[in-house]
Amino acid sequence: MDWQGQKLAEHLMQLLLACFAVVAFITGYVLGSFQMMILIYAAGVVLTSLLIVPNWPFFNRHSLNWLDPSEAEKHPKPHPAISGPKKNTTKK
Amino acid sequence: MHSFGQRANVLLTFAITLLALMCAIASVSDNFNSLSPHAHVQVVNINWFQKKSSGDDEVSLSLNISANLESLFTWNTKQVFVFLAAEYGTPKNALNQISLWDGIIPSREHAKFWIHAYNKYRFIDQGSNLRGKEFNLTLHWHVMPKTGKMFADKIVMSGYRLPQAYR
Repeated sequence: MDWQGQKLAEHLMQLLLACFAVVAFITGYVLGSFQMMILIYAAGVVLTSLLIVPNWPFFNRHSLNWLDPSEAEKHPKPHPAISGPKKNTTKK
Repeated sequence: MHSFGQRANVLLTFAITLLALMCAIASVSDNFNSLSPHAHVQVVNINWFQKKSSGDDEVSLSLNISANLESLFTWNTKQVFVFLAAEYGTPKNALNQISLWDGIIPSREHAKFWIHAYNKYRFIDQGSNLRGKEFNLTLHWHVMPKTGKMFADKIVMSGYRLPQAYR
């Protein structure tokens, strides 16, 4: 799962579970049945986990583009010995 | 959210948190229910009334108990426990409570009832104070919800009097 996919999965999970919770509570309250609330919510949790937990293809539509190896070889890393004397100057 | 296990963990944790919240709101929703229970108990007969060899008074009653406790039931009610107690004061004890009958009401359908019963548990005084004693019959109930706090209340019915003489 890529970065975008993880973000999507988390938001989708929160939205779906919250919606199921609201629908389950209202249905249970209106019908006067606690059991109905639990059943609807349990179904919602199962459905959400089927949608969120497996690594579905639509979570992998923004793959990271790594640099091609041949391209990387054209820009070799600086030799470690050169930057030896000043180690603390390397900043990110 | 990077692995199968972590997604399962996050989902389950969030789902259970929401479930706890739903249960809490369900418990709060019980407060919107207005209670209007009523009960009526008639002492049909004093079957016998005597002094035991230990010196304590004992009485046996026939009771007609009718009650409508339907308003105690909400969607969050598991069951209701009811008991009928005789309550009276004596010089030694300011309040004596003797449970005469009890029952468990499992659902709203059974909450409106009429029964004829003898006292299920023995009505014995600690001493010999029952002759001519005025007493209350109190219907107590304990509501046991599916989620949330258990609560209790009662209806006091007064104006019952035992006979002056043993029989």
